Amino acid sequence: MADETRRLADSGAPAPGGGGILAPYRVLDLTDRTGWLCGRILGDVGADVVKVEPPGGDPGRRLGSFYRDDPDPAKNLAWFAYNANKRGVTLSLEAAGGTALLRRLTQRADMLIESYPPGFLEACGLGYTALRDINPRLVVTSITPFGQTGPYAHYRGSDLVAMAMSGLMSLVGESGRPPLRVSLPQAAMWAGMYAAGGTLVAHHHAQVTGHGQHVDISTQASLLWALANAPAHWSLLREDLHRAGNAMVGRTITGARMRAIYRCRDGHINFIIYGGEAGRRSNEAMVRWMTESGGAPDSLRQKDWGPFNVATATQEEIEAIEGPFAAFLEKCTKAEFALESVKRGVLGYPVADAQDIREDPQLAARGSWQRVEHAELDATLTYPGPFAKFSAAACTIRRRAPGIGEHNDEIYRDELGLSRRAMQALRQEGVI
Amino acid sequence: MFAAGPVVGKHLGEYGATVIRVESRNRPDGFRVHYPPYKDNRPGLNRTGSFAIFNDSKLGVTLNLKHAEGHALANRLVAWADVLIENFVPGVMERNGLGYEAVQHVNPSIVYLSTCNMGQTGPKAGQRGFGSQLTSQSGFTYLTGYPSGEPMLLFGPYIDFVAVGFGLVAVLAGLDYRRRTGRGLHIDLAQYETGLQFIAPALLDYEVNGRVATRMGNRSPHAAPHGAYPCRGDDRWCVIAACSDDEWKALTRAVGHPEWQTDPRFATLAARKAHEDELDVLVGAWTAPHTPLEVMETLQAAGVRAGIVNRLSDIFADPQLAHRRAWRELPHAELETFHYETAPFALSETPAELSPSPLLGEHNRRVYQEMLGLSEQEVERLITVGAIE
Repeated sequence: MADETRRLADSGAPAPGGGGILAPYRVLDLTDRTGWLCGRILGDVGADVVKVEPPGGDPGRRLGSFYRDDPDPAKNLAWFAYNANKRGVTLSLEAAGGTALLRRLTQRADMLIESYPPGFLEACGLGYTALRDINPRLVVTSITPFGQTGPYAHYRGSDLVAMAMSGLMSLVGESGRPPLRVSLPQAAMWAGMYAAGGTLVAHHHAQVTGHGQHVDISTQASLLWALANAPAHWSLLREDLHRAGNAMVGRTITGARMRAIYRCRDGHINFIIYGGEAGRRSNEAMVRWMTESGGAPDSLRQKDWGPFNVATATQEEIEAIEGPFAAFLEKCTKAEFALESVKRGVLGYPVADAQDIREDPQLAARGSWQRVEHAELDATLTYPGPFAKFSAAACTIRRRAPGIGEHNDEIYRDELGLSRRAMQALRQEGVI
Repeated sequence: MFAAGPVVGKHLGEYGATVIRVESRNRPDGFRVHYPPYKDNRPGLNRTGSFAIFNDSKLGVTLNLKHAEGHALANRLVAWADVLIENFVPGVMERNGLGYEAVQHVNPSIVYLSTCNMGQTGPKAGQRGFGSQLTSQSGFTYLTGYPSGEPMLLFGPYIDFVAVGFGLVAVLAGLDYRRRTGRGLHIDLAQYETGLQFIAPALLDYEVNGRVATRMGNRSPHAAPHGAYPCRGDDRWCVIAACSDDEWKALTRAVGHPEWQTDPRFATLAARKAHEDELDVLVGAWTAPHTPLEVMETLQAAGVRAGIVNRLSDIFADPQLAHRRAWRELPHAELETFHYETAPFALSETPAELSPSPLLGEHNRRVYQEMLGLSEQEVERLITVGAIE
């Protein structure tokens, strides 16, 4: 047992994290798809993340797109994306043998992340205080729709519910039409990302003091930050901003709206008129480009952008500027705009789709894509690489997402020392 | 400047770090100048909520980096610090003598986060841009809109706050490395690349299936009904997501239409997807006379996922956010009071504590005298020569 309680950091064994900067630490990941990203991020920075799935696999493996559209839980693309850099074991919390096994895993872990409904783990005898008794240094992070306590704590959540309850949807979409979410689920991304941040704040404290704690993530609250500065409008002016389609709101004190998404020849371009020094340079460069292409009206060529201030601009003033810009951008392609905007210092980007992003020379030059071998598919797939570059150690995809129970032997037998017979018994009882 | 860098520091400040916001009076943060909302709609360097909301829990100092003595003072701050966060376009910090190489000479164990749109390298590294635009380059606005309609703006700089979360993780991981090894490191964070993490399944779908994901309004391939439905009141909406046949059956009972269960158009998910327009009309007819709160309470009581499309005013009245103390109303010298926003994580043993956002240069004396140990006369002199603006 002494060996079991020894922390991975002190064991001298080669770190499965593979040299990333958090390589000495182990994370138990009990999340479903509402929290997968948290463990993926901790794995990217090198932690040894062990994904604990129910026998038969995480239900999230069945939703979304699949490799070559084959709806096999082993070929789920969201699973691939958000469970890379994790090892995987199966374990049933419904069985007594399963909770005992989880307690043993907890002894060796530094962080545990989970996304069960509040109270579920307590009912299994694995609530925060029980886990703390096993391992006082452990950081336990819980990701739920609304948080562990409070009037909505037991409400059921979803991506759409979180997008709505955060307030973001009220600001997205056309006036008079239904408020909108992003078509690709985002709430779990926000929650998982901030869960990783909160986990590491608590981890820092645990490393310094020896005391772990419970980190409570609300998906609703995570999405509040997607509203950027909008809440300040209510705080200072008691002002409810209203969605305005592809125009920006809340940028002026006159109430004027500014178009932000313009049609172009093969799609759309995001171009916003800014003030200040950055805006002046961009606006001048844009007018010069239009002039060279024979298309800038006198009103723009003679405009002094120095004193131009978006905050005080009227609707009339903005429309007089927008009209010629719209006519010009309509004749551009996304690729032309991408090229010229960089060359000329114009503020703006194409409204990129997956193909535009995949073909962006910037990402190729930075090595932002990573080839990941999938021997089980006899294929090598190109992933978006990890989220940042660290000078001290590689932040990279070191292993593809695990198959169902792929590392049961490696972890239960080789690390915990379970005998072949004990493993067999756990299998028969449906524990693993 | 702006959001993506400052909010990382704000979150560290909430959890106890001493964070110093270094500003220039000649070139103030754009949020102090160009961005409403202003208190009483009157602009002023200390009157904007856009600066306040991203810069609480910090001390504020001013410094002129172009002045030799200002630069020397910056180096004293560098020597004092554990972490440096900057979000200029690549090259600006180097030109000011504060690039990673230079800073490392002064403080070899510093954790140095560079966060910018495109990253420190590559042909577009020098491209300036704002988050409201980068949100389009990173694929989010293409994925937002009504079916076969135009892309929609996601209000504002959505991606800035994606970069904030990843930046926070990067700094905290870097601090752990520093604590263990005594060494510092440089983090090159391209906000663009952090955005790609949030759409990774769509990028893989393009890669392996050649499919370009696009706008679907509020619909989902895995659930029906799944959308925003009108409610009683001016521009009031609720959302409903029935993610399984059991949830659909529970919904039909809760809304008093159990006969919908036996309607062949709605019996299975596939059938509901095939008749989704008709389904949405029926569901919308049920929601229309109710308030969003009534819909949410009725359906949640039946175990159905439903919620209110909260407006800005609603998120300040939301009892769940209030329970979590998501907003902290604090006094501020020029804003009277302001609702500061906490990090979305609540820690059981070391809860967040927020302090108001600084006025421009508010803590010059406290930082330069009490923390760096300069004499009052020396600070006066640095102000006179223009090193401290």
